[in-house]
Order: sequence, then C-alpha cells, then structure tokens
Amino acid sequence: MIIRIKLYASLGQHLPSGAVKNEADLDLDEGATPVDAFSRLNVPLEQCHLVLINGLFVPPAERPTRALVAGDHLAAWPPVAGG
Amino acid sequence: MAWAKQLLRVDLTKGTCTNEALNMEWAQSYLGQRGLATKYYVEECDPKVDALSLDNKMIMATGPLTGTCASTAGRYSVITKGALTGAIACSNSGGFFGNEMKNAGYDMIIFEGASKSPVYLMIENDSAQLLDASEYWGQTVWDTEEGIKDKHGDAQIRVASIGVAGEQGVKFACIVNDMDRAAGRSGVGTVMGSKNLKAVAIRGTKGVAVNDPGAFIAAANAGKAVLAENAVTGQGLPAFGTQVLMNVINETGSLPTHNHRDVQFDGANNISAEAMAEPRASDGKPNLVTNAACFGCTIACGRVSTIDREHYTVKDRPEYQKASGGLEYEAAWALGAATGIDDLDALTFANFICNEQGIDPISFGATVGAAMEMFEDGVITDKDTGGIDLKFGNAQALTELAELTGRGEGFGAEIGLGSKLLCEKHGKPELSMSVKGQEFPAYDSRGIQGMGLTYATSNRGACHLRSYTVASEVLGIPEKTDPLETDGKAGLVKAFQDATAAFDSAGLCIFTSFAWTLDDVAPQLDAACDGEWTTDKLLEVGERIWNLERKYNMDAGFTGKDDNLPARLLKDAAKTGPAEGKTCGLDKMLPEYYEVRGWTPDGVPSNETLDRLAL
Ligand code: SF4
Repeated sequence: MIIRIKLYASLGQHLPSGAVKNEADLDLDEGATPVDAFSRLNVPLEQCHLVLINGLFVPPAERPTRALVAGDHLAAWPPVAGG
Repeated sequence: MAWAKQLLRVDLTKGTCTNEALNMEWAQSYLGQRGLATKYYVEECDPKVDALSLDNKMIMATGPLTGTCASTAGRYSVITKGALTGAIACSNSGGFFGNEMKNAGYDMIIFEGASKSPVYLMIENDSAQLLDASEYWGQTVWDTEEGIKDKHGDAQIRVASIGVAGEQGVKFACIVNDMDRAAGRSGVGTVMGSKNLKAVAIRGTKGVAVNDPGAFIAAANAGKAVLAENAVTGQGLPAFGTQVLMNVINETGSLPTHNHRDVQFDGANNISAEAMAEPRASDGKPNLVTNAACFGCTIACGRVSTIDREHYTVKDRPEYQKASGGLEYEAAWALGAATGIDDLDALTFANFICNEQGIDPISFGATVGAAMEMFEDGVITDKDTGGIDLKFGNAQALTELAELTGRGEGFGAEIGLGSKLLCEKHGKPELSMSVKGQEFPAYDSRGIQGMGLTYATSNRGACHLRSYTVASEVLGIPEKTDPLETDGKAGLVKAFQDATAAFDSAGLCIFTSFAWTLDDVAPQLDAACDGEWTTDKLLEVGERIWNLERKYNMDAGFTGKDDNLPARLLKDAAKTGPAEGKTCGLDKMLPEYYEVRGWTPDGVPSNETLDRLAL
C-alpha cells in the first residue's frame, strides 16, 4: 500500500530521494505501523516527538501498533515549539 | 532587592523627569513588569480615558529578574490603554532594552501628558532628560536608532522608538527596540506617537543587585540546565525557531488561511522554517542566515534572514539586501497564510518594513487579509485601493501596502485602521477576524478549541501570548490534550493565563515555559527578591493580575458579551483537515470558565473572588 510520509525539521534528511517539500510516497506492507514506516527510512524513533496521522496525534504507545491504511498521511517532527 | 526600587515619572506636558520610590508593598502583590505596571496604571488612569488623549499614561516596565543573569532576563513591557482595542494593553519585548533600563536604575518609566513638539527621553544612569527629536520625526525606527547612537557617540545606547506609523496614528503601531524586537500588539506605539515621544534611549551601567547572590546563581544555573537539557528549548527552538510551526499547524488543520475562510494553506511549506533553510537558486544561500538571542537568553530562538537579491522587492534597493530580524512564525502566518501569499522573500521584505516602520505584522497581515476578502467580494474596488489589485495571493499588493501602511499613506492609511474599523467602515463587520478589536494570531480555534476560549477571554484582545494552550493541545507540553475537545479547556486556559501573568511579571521570556514551570521560576525569584516567593504565591499573583486587568476592562465598558468570537468561527465549519465539520465550541467552554474563575454567569469577578485576591 502507498502512504504519504512527511518528515520535517531535522527529520527531513531521512526523506527518500525524490521527495518534494518534505513529502514523499512510501510503499509499505499492508498493516504496517508508523514505527515500520520510520524504520524503513532509518528515522531515529527517539527523535519522532510529534507524530500525526492525517493531522491527528498518535500517542507514543500506539506508534508500534497502529495500522496505517493506504492513502494515510504520516507526519513527524523532532521536539519543536513556537508561538 | 532585584527591583531597583525606583521609577522615573516623565511629565511630557511639563517636560519634567522625576525619580520616585517604587511602591514595594505593591511589588509584593504584583511582582513587577506586567503586574506591577498594570497596578500603577489602574490606580492612576480613569478606565474611560481615550487611549490617545493627554490623560492616558504609558508605562515601560521591567521585572525584578530583568537585568540579572537568569536566562532570558532581558524583557520589558509597555502597559497602557491600547489604541487598537480600548482595553488594557501590555506588550512584551525582548532584545536588550529592558536590561539597559534596569541597569540605569529604573524598574519602570511612567509617561504622562504629551509634549507640544517631538522629543525623546535620554537616560544615562542618573541623568534623565527630554531632548528635541524634531530631526528624527518622520524617520524610520532604523534611522532613529542609528541617529541617536551617532549623535551621542555611543553604540552601546539601547533605543526603543516608533516609526512613521506611530506618528501617523496607524492603530497597530508598535514600539521597536534593538532594530527588530517589538512591543508589538494593541497599538502601544500609537499611544507613544500621540504623546509626541519619538524614542527612549538608555545607557545603564549600574548593575542589578540580588538578595542572596550565592543562592541566586545556583538557582539561575539550575534553571539554565533545565532549558539546556529540554529538547524543545535546548535544541528545537534554537535550530528551527518558531517558524517550524507552519507545517505543524497546517497539518493539524488549524492554520487560518484567506482571512479564516480556510484552515489549511497549500503554500504553507513555501513559507516555513524548512523553506527558510533551503538554498535558493540565485546564489545558493538560504533565506536564514543565523539564529539570535535576546539579552541573557540561553535559548536563542530568533531568526536573522536575507532576501534574494534578485527578488523584485530589493533588486534596486541595496539597503534591504542586508540581514535583518525575522521571519518568526506569527509574522509569517499573518503576512502569508492569512493573505494566501507563499512568496517567502515578499514576506521577509514585508516583515523588514514592519520592523523598520514599527507596525505589528500580525494585525497588519490580518487586516490585509480582511481587505482582500472585501476586494474579492466586490465590497471595495481598485478605486478604494488606489489601483492595488488586492486579490488573495498577490505578493506585490502586500509589499506595497506594507510600505504605504508604514508611512500611513494612501490605502495604507485605511489598512492602518485595523480590520475592525476597516470592515465596519465598509459595512462588513463580520469579516474582521478579531476580538476586542485585535486581530487573531496564527491558530484557528475550530481545530484548537482551547485557543477559542483563550482569544475570547484575553484581556488585551485576541492573542496567543496570554494562554498558549497550543503547547498542550498540539505540542503535548506539559501534557497532551485533545485539540478538538472542549471538555477541560476552561481549567486549562485559566491555568495558562495565571501562570503566564506570573512569567510576564518576573522579567522572563514566556518561551522558557516550554521547559520551566513556576517551580523553576520561584527559587530564582526567592533568591533574588525581598519577600518569600513560592510557586503558590506566584500562582496567586498571576490570578490577581488577571482579575485586575479584567476589572479594569469592565470599568472601561467591556462586558461578558465581549468574550466572543467572530460568527465565522462559531458557525462556519472547518472545510478540511482533522477539524473538518467543526466550529469552535465557545458556548460550551465559557460558562465553565467563568465558574472556575469565580466570576458571575455574566463574567463579572464576584466580590468573593475580588476579596480573596485582595483586589
Ligand atoms: S527565547 Fe527567543 S524571544 Fe525569548 S528571550 Fe530567547 S531569543 Fe528572545
């Protein structure tokens, strides 16, 4: 299945080649989780501070278990803030 | 100690400068800066005063920690009635000016009356005098600051000044210090301009004494260690700055776009922190040059950037090709998403002009967004705009209007009314995205519900810096709450409001609160200041300050009915993103908020609450 991966700030360096504006398509096995997606791209899991699927927060405990579905947008940031 | 225990009273009508002892009894109840200056202001100014009249006063105030070696302790605030809002205004600025004021031996400066001709206040430690500013009147902030330093032959002088916008009565004029740090919101620069006060220039070398130096240095160092070890304040903010939020907030469907018609912006990535770090085609250099820190700050979130020399805004204007401050997230949002413009260099230029001429980029960008909607709806035409094609997404319109508004000329003078008056003038009050006359910052309350309550109840009009529940609802600081839920937000907003009032009154930057709680602040204050300063006392002081501001606004004529949001946010559901189909549930949060505040169902602080807080 194809999902859209979005990696920002320092995580952007782990985007696959051909990524545009911090986004790329990623082909994953059915039932893959956010952790599977990050591991595929060698994104350090401890750096994935804010993780969103389709804009909704995924708590750390659900990241190894929550099944992604085709077309999901999976976004991640290291620890960041602003205001 | 920590307080200088002295204030300077400047009577601009009479041209006198007089030292006074600081009321230390009030300092124990209101701490400093925002709290203590508001107490002075409320005691001395009729709540019904016209913001631009002789009878309005304006106070520049530091906190007890300002000028000490605590991290971020260089802050000062400007307290007055806001020209944009008619409500209590308190605008906080970093840079180096606050430190200089404290080192000259002043906790605060109270300005009253108005000068007949332009003046600036020059302070060199114990010497304070009003000097003729006619050579600077009509000059930009940047020229004024450089001119005063040159004239006095001292590059170490710190200057806070207004640009032409403040002279011309632009309602959201700000006071800019150190070239690009600003007491930005509510039109405090407009009040300064109405007093014919062009600038305040200070050289202070006295130092700041603390009660127990050994304990204070230990507490300040412990606080710095917490900031350094925290991933947000130690790594995230210095590396990416506030601008990293552009993609975060867009992804959560809370980025107000096209004057809040939309909640996500297709061009968000083009104006984000990531875009600022991207090498550009013309010279291979990124927009971002470096990060920067205010006085004593160990976080260093500030951005310094340049515009592509080939860009239309600066191609023939080398004076704007050098590096300067910005973009920060709020400015980038207002100049960009609110107007549908994704040209990073155009936004950087407009932001430079905002700093140069002293205008608040949030209110400016948001007002341009409202004008764009009226233009696209045919309510205003190019006859009104002087030929400017004011469509959403038009970068040239934005940059031209920044220059016109900065000088208060042409259609820029109309933009300078702020969105409330501008939209009312054209019979479309519902298109002003504001509360109490002040434009929203960069978070849509349909996708971040707590911010709806924050905006509606903010004492200085719509503002994110009174209760930044985004920290909890989006970023999980101190703990994650659901941004789409209204339950529990009343207590969350109150807790943020009271704690923020305490941070703002101590002399510290609110960004420390991404890592610190009041438990980290209390030991620093306790070691530095007279009296006992505990977390509980700080919470009580914060709540007292909030209620004092509220009471002043009610006496000024505001009521619970003003704790409201534009109909667009309450009735028009978000069209995309996680909040799709949702409006802001203010009606669910507000009654509970009044209850947890100890206010009547009409939003009036009850006698019990006022008694409990000794108000
Ligand atoms: S955190 Fe940023 S805004 Fe706050 S004092 Fe430091 S540099 Fe200035």
